[in-house]
Amino acid sequence: MKELVIISGKGGTGKTSIVAAFASLAANKVLSDADVDAADLHLIMNPQATERHDFQAGHSAVINLDKCTACGLCRDLCRYDAITEDYTVTRMDCEGCGVCVYFCPEKAIDFPLKTCGEWYLSETRFGPMVHARLGIAEENSGKLVTLVRQEARKLAEAKKLDLILTDGPPGIGCPVIASLGGATAALIVTEPTVAGRHDMERVAQLADFFRVPVLVCVNKADLNLDSTCEIKQYAEEKNYAFVGTIPFDPVFTKAMVAGQTVIEYDNHTEAAAALRQIWQKVSSHTGLHSP
Amino acid sequence: MIISIASGKGGTGKTTVAANLAVSLGGGVQLLDCDVEEPNAHLFIHPVFEKKEVVSTGVPEVDETKCNLCGKCGEICQFKAIVVIGKTVLPFQELCHSCGGCMEVCPEHAIREGQRALGEIEVGHRNGLEFIHGRLRIGEAMAPPLIRKVRSFAHAGKVTIIDAPPGTSCPVIASMKGADFVLLVTEPTPFGLHDLKLAVGAVGILGIPCGLVINRSDMGDDRLREYAGAEGIPILMEIPFDRKIAESYSRGELLVDVRPEWKEKFLQLYEKITDLVKQASQTGGKQQ
Repeated sequence: MKELVIISGKGGTGKTSIVAAFASLAANKVLSDADVDAADLHLIMNPQATERHDFQAGHSAVINLDKCTACGLCRDLCRYDAITEDYTVTRMDCEGCGVCVYFCPEKAIDFPLKTCGEWYLSETRFGPMVHARLGIAEENSGKLVTLVRQEARKLAEAKKLDLILTDGPPGIGCPVIASLGGATAALIVTEPTVAGRHDMERVAQLADFFRVPVLVCVNKADLNLDSTCEIKQYAEEKNYAFVGTIPFDPVFTKAMVAGQTVIEYDNHTEAAAALRQIWQKVSSHTGLHSP
Repeated sequence: MIISIASGKGGTGKTTVAANLAVSLGGGVQLLDCDVEEPNAHLFIHPVFEKKEVVSTGVPEVDETKCNLCGKCGEICQFKAIVVIGKTVLPFQELCHSCGGCMEVCPEHAIREGQRALGEIEVGHRNGLEFIHGRLRIGEAMAPPLIRKVRSFAHAGKVTIIDAPPGTSCPVIASMKGADFVLLVTEPTPFGLHDLKLAVGAVGILGIPCGLVINRSDMGDDRLREYAGAEGIPILMEIPFDRKIAESYSRGELLVDVRPEWKEKFLQLYEKITDLVKQASQTGGKQQ
């Protein structure tokens, strides 16, 4: 089982459009969307859910005011200032540590499990897909990412598919860390801007930290050719596989509006040709290539 | 006044709007880059940094000579950050949420509070603009405590502009909570609209008035404007796609430096925001 995770550091470099294009090009794969707090891949894949599950993770304190004697111990102990003067817990501030629950002398605090979102097993025109929706303002995005990836793996095993394509989240924090662990390789999609380059370096360091091999491609490459060259040099110096460039092309937006992949929308654009080349390099890369 | 700049989708132009708005307003303004995972605003502001500090969070350190392996610390910890296995107690500091439960519960007082570095904060300035950002340590999962530390630099008497991270989960909430206004920067594409709806949901939970900036406003389709109209979310500014702007952005140049006529537009944007904040406070806070 191989898994390619597509990440970027910076948001908006084209991760999801590129994963969608790969979905058009790859055979025998499962798609997984690990960008659970702003998932977009489904807008192109139009998945039909065959299973829907609640995502439950963590607990939240709830004070029973009939039992509460307002002794103040919970407010003293809570390090997140989540308990108001009138002894209600602000759910958004509650970290779910349970310290107040444990120490309340009146046993007045309940600690129910939280439902933080939903996850789905779906069918798409490109094969099976696992995706999720984290509730707005919810926590535990890392746990949901881990769950989505586990389910994708199970599905791939059950259907005897040998590749998982995972659309990762932006940034380098909790959900990105959860996306990287145990992946076969990470493709970093960057752009030739000061921000794109800066963010690529940080997320590449994160992948190094977790010993996940890094591949790099540059989207919107012609916006700044000098910067594109520098990124290529940087990748080579660091021994990351540089797998190609994609020109800036409004076809990305047009395909998105049409709900299609860039390949489906028009297979004859320069961008489509570039994506095919990149996919060829990525799929033949050591580790991802299956004979 | 605190204006938080968010988006849902990444790469829509949050940092562009935050940096240009801050520079247009000039002295007496603070810019706080709360995208601590991938801070970018400094690449456009080019501040002179004068202070750097490491930000840490409390984690358990066990004095094994006092520990009698009773296991109460592992029992109270919801994050599996400390466990007793056989004849040893193992703290997993990377998993710790710093709740203090293990220290509080330990009957032998064998646990004291050590520190785990979350990242660092840098403080600087450019032409009277005060600039603060945080940089999350590579490998660190928890951004919100570092974001809260960046936000602790906000002065009540100043205009504070916050550059928020993308998404709608805890780091975004930590960057928007307590703001007087949330400026949502989006693009008229299906991804932009879908993620904007999530961001509007988060702003709604917090009960903060909001408005939109539409970036690359001449690309994509009309569904964004239809949504904004139906929801009564004011469109405060539109930035059309301009290859020259995109190229200068790639080099770390500010829009108001490349196209000085935009300074006036950013000042007008600020006027519109202050009007909306005033209106919201008169109607008792919640808009929408």
